[in-house]
Amino acid sequence: MRKRRIIPGVDAKLLVKDAAKLMPDPARRLFLRGAASLGALTFLTGCDINDGFSAESVLRKISEFNDGAQAVLFNQNKLAPVYAESDISKDFPFNAYYTEDEAPEVDGKTYKLIVGGLVENKKPWTLEELYALPQERQITRHICVEGWSAIGSWTGTPLRDFLKRIGADTRAKYVWFRCAEGYSNTIDMPTALHPQTQMTFKYGNEILPVKYGFPMKIRMPAKLGFKNPKHVMEMQVTNKDLGGYWEDKGYNWFSGL
Amino acid sequence: MSVQAAAGRRAGAKSAIIHPLWVRITHWINAVAIIIMILSGWRIYNASPLFEDFDFPNEITLGGWLAGALMWHFAAMWVLVINGIVYVTLGLIGGRFRRKLLPIRPADVLAEVKAALTFKLAHEDLSVYNAVQKLLYLGVILCGVVVVLSGLAIWKPVQLQELTFLFGGYDIARYVHFFAMAAIVGFLLVHVVLALLVPKSLRAMIAGK
Repeated sequence: MRKRRIIPGVDAKLLVKDAAKLMPDPARRLFLRGAASLGALTFLTGCDINDGFSAESVLRKISEFNDGAQAVLFNQNKLAPVYAESDISKDFPFNAYYTEDEAPEVDGKTYKLIVGGLVENKKPWTLEELYALPQERQITRHICVEGWSAIGSWTGTPLRDFLKRIGADTRAKYVWFRCAEGYSNTIDMPTALHPQTQMTFKYGNEILPVKYGFPMKIRMPAKLGFKNPKHVMEMQVTNKDLGGYWEDKGYNWFSGL
Repeated sequence: MSVQAAAGRRAGAKSAIIHPLWVRITHWINAVAIIIMILSGWRIYNASPLFEDFDFPNEITLGGWLAGALMWHFAAMWVLVINGIVYVTLGLIGGRFRRKLLPIRPADVLAEVKAALTFKLAHEDLSVYNAVQKLLYLGVILCGVVVVLSGLAIWKPVQLQELTFLFGGYDIARYVHFFAMAAIVGFLLVHVVLALLVPKSLRAMIAGK
């Protein structure tokens, strides 16, 4: 079972305006326990009694079951809808668990993307080398777990081409990303190989600005927004689920669209 | 006792059952599932309200925060959908929907709305629905179908994008999902008040008669 701390251990400093709605209300930390009897009534069957029965543990199990269900439903060849230039949202929102002025400043001159895990060539990549890769543009819809959505224009290299280039073992289960601000997340290999999953270097016609994840974000139109890491410093191809910032706090791991 | 008489008694006992067991079981499973879906859905709504000046008081929502609400929502979803499929399938193949809910004549609806508002509505035979009941029960089943389909459309706007497209796209599907919920909540309020005003109807949904 993955980490159990759904609520405790949340850094109060991170309770900033933009992310406040995503965060647990400190006054109601035992949010699920209060409704445990209702949960017991509904979901009793199949739960692990030894785990100390609580609605929370049952709900986490069902969330893991939903990961599997979504993986079955996921069709790697199904492309996310693409939009016209005129559909692009005027003010594509900044969104993170910190404020915009706290977004990490990565020095593009010294930046090197670390690649590791089950890959043949572990040579780090400078920004110049990354920019030299063949690039594609996509205009797709970013859908936040909160419900809102916005359409943006993203340019970069397909992650699957990059994985092939570095000799990644694509039979591995996961790709893990570590970001400059301390964020991280793990995605399933089928999504990493989805044709629209992109190592993004540009927003619109500009080099990716800090607020959208300079120097590189991973754009995945087949995943909810929080699964799209920004300021990516390192990627690992792995068979171990290394979790992620929001996933460990209770958001659904697969979060496919 | 003759064979005919015994058969007649059995038939009599059978006709006294207002709600067969499968209706009662699916009804109460649905009641629990839909309440979880509504209360957790309100919390999810609050994370990004569709209407600027309207959100739900957090105290009456389920889940405590967005992730908790989403966990409840996507757990109760299975109960709601599987139970709903069982209910609709049995209702259709057994002919119960056709027998109980059809036909609905507009003139009857108007007459019975008037009777209801003047507290003159008859409740002698609970096994026969009046036109208003037929309209509401059929309507809430349809709302249930719409709420599930629009929910799928906003949950999987890539994998099920054809469905999302049918609802007018992701953003409009969110509104459809919201209003279908609102209609179900409206039904629930009326339904619960009327069940409490006519307690034998509540007994029939528990004991069958």
